Amino acid sequence: MSASALRIETYLWLAQRVSALILVICITVHIATMIIAVQGGLSSEEIIARIGGSKIWLSFYLVFVSSVAVHAPIGLKSIMREMSQIPTNRIDLLSILFSLIIGVLGIRAAFGLYGLGGA
Amino acid sequence: MSNDLINVSIWRGGEDGEYQTYQVPRLESQTVLDVVTYIQRELDPSLSYRFACRVGVCGSCAMTVNGKARWTCRTHVSKVAEGGQLTLDPLNSMPRVKDLVVDMETFFNKWADAKGSFKGDKTRDDALAYISPDDPKRKISSAGIECIGCGACYATCDVIKWNPDYLGPAALNRAWTLVNDERDVTGLERLAAVAGDNGCLGCHSQQGCVERCPKSLNPTGAIAGLKRETIKAVLKGELS
Ligand code: SF4
Ligand code: SF4
Ligand code: FES
Repeated sequence: MSASALRIETYLWLAQRVSALILVICITVHIATMIIAVQGGLSSEEIIARIGGSKIWLSFYLVFVSSVAVHAPIGLKSIMREMSQIPTNRIDLLSILFSLIIGVLGIRAAFGLYGLGGA
Repeated sequence: MSNDLINVSIWRGGEDGEYQTYQVPRLESQTVLDVVTYIQRELDPSLSYRFACRVGVCGSCAMTVNGKARWTCRTHVSKVAEGGQLTLDPLNSMPRVKDLVVDMETFFNKWADAKGSFKGDKTRDDALAYISPDDPKRKISSAGIECIGCGACYATCDVIKWNPDYLGPAALNRAWTLVNDERDVTGLERLAAVAGDNGCLGCHSQQGCVERCPKSLNPTGAIAGLKRETIKAVLKGELS
């Protein structure tokens, strides 16, 4: 195998582990916030009041969705390579597409919530 | 079925075939290989199987025994024949030749692909290398060196079933012993050979190979070591 292909495989492998580490932190914060926020009922006003206009929450969710956009498609690529007959170049294309969809939708949602805020 | 008979179903044929059943007298301290040998000598001389040393050294007698890859010369019937039943198949993930015999060529070619042979740079006129038995790298190397090439790990590994190009636990374990052999000069060439998804990064680390290795080796640990070293080499730009 060519050295560049080996490099790409290695970087993807590393990217998946690093993004997993970030996700552990993000998911912990996310779930903890949900549990705290849901006390006494949940309303969209309350969510917007907390997250809307907050640069800290915006940065948090941008990091969160970017990590998902890195982590999930690499895993999907491995699963498709091992479990399906789809040709490798098509798998790579599908994974990149999947990453873009998650990334674009996630970032849009994060900015959308930010924009609803008071500031 | 009487208590002093074992019911033995054996795969007959190659990729296409069927099970044939034999009744074999139960003996004390009988191994699975003894059972197969009895069948071939007393009941059916057309049965093909492979063995050589009969004492757990040569690695040629591995088969699938009641669904698990085992060395048969050191597997006692009493340990594995649940309800007096033995079902014997050839090893998984290797082309079937006939009956219990598989073609191990690809398995061993992968050792060569993983740069599994020693390459030194000393001649007979040089002094012997002195490496203390306490040397940490020597200890790592020694821990994996007793592989007998039986293929039980390889036949158990799911990743090979999914990706036939994956080098597999035995070849990667071998490479790791050489990465830690200070006399060997293959260095980065070997790391490049075992890097990537068909090499160490393909391993799922679930230790099926460790579970089945009759020599109690730890190929998963060896592969984890290779992951560390190949990633370091890639980050330093050494594999380009
Ligand atoms: S730990 Fe790795 S090499 Fe061992 S059986 Fe699992 S995938 Fe195969
Ligand atoms: S690592 Fe163990 S199971 Fe695998 S070939 Fe060597 S001795 Fe057999
Ligand atoms: S016959 Fe040699 S290891 Fe079993």
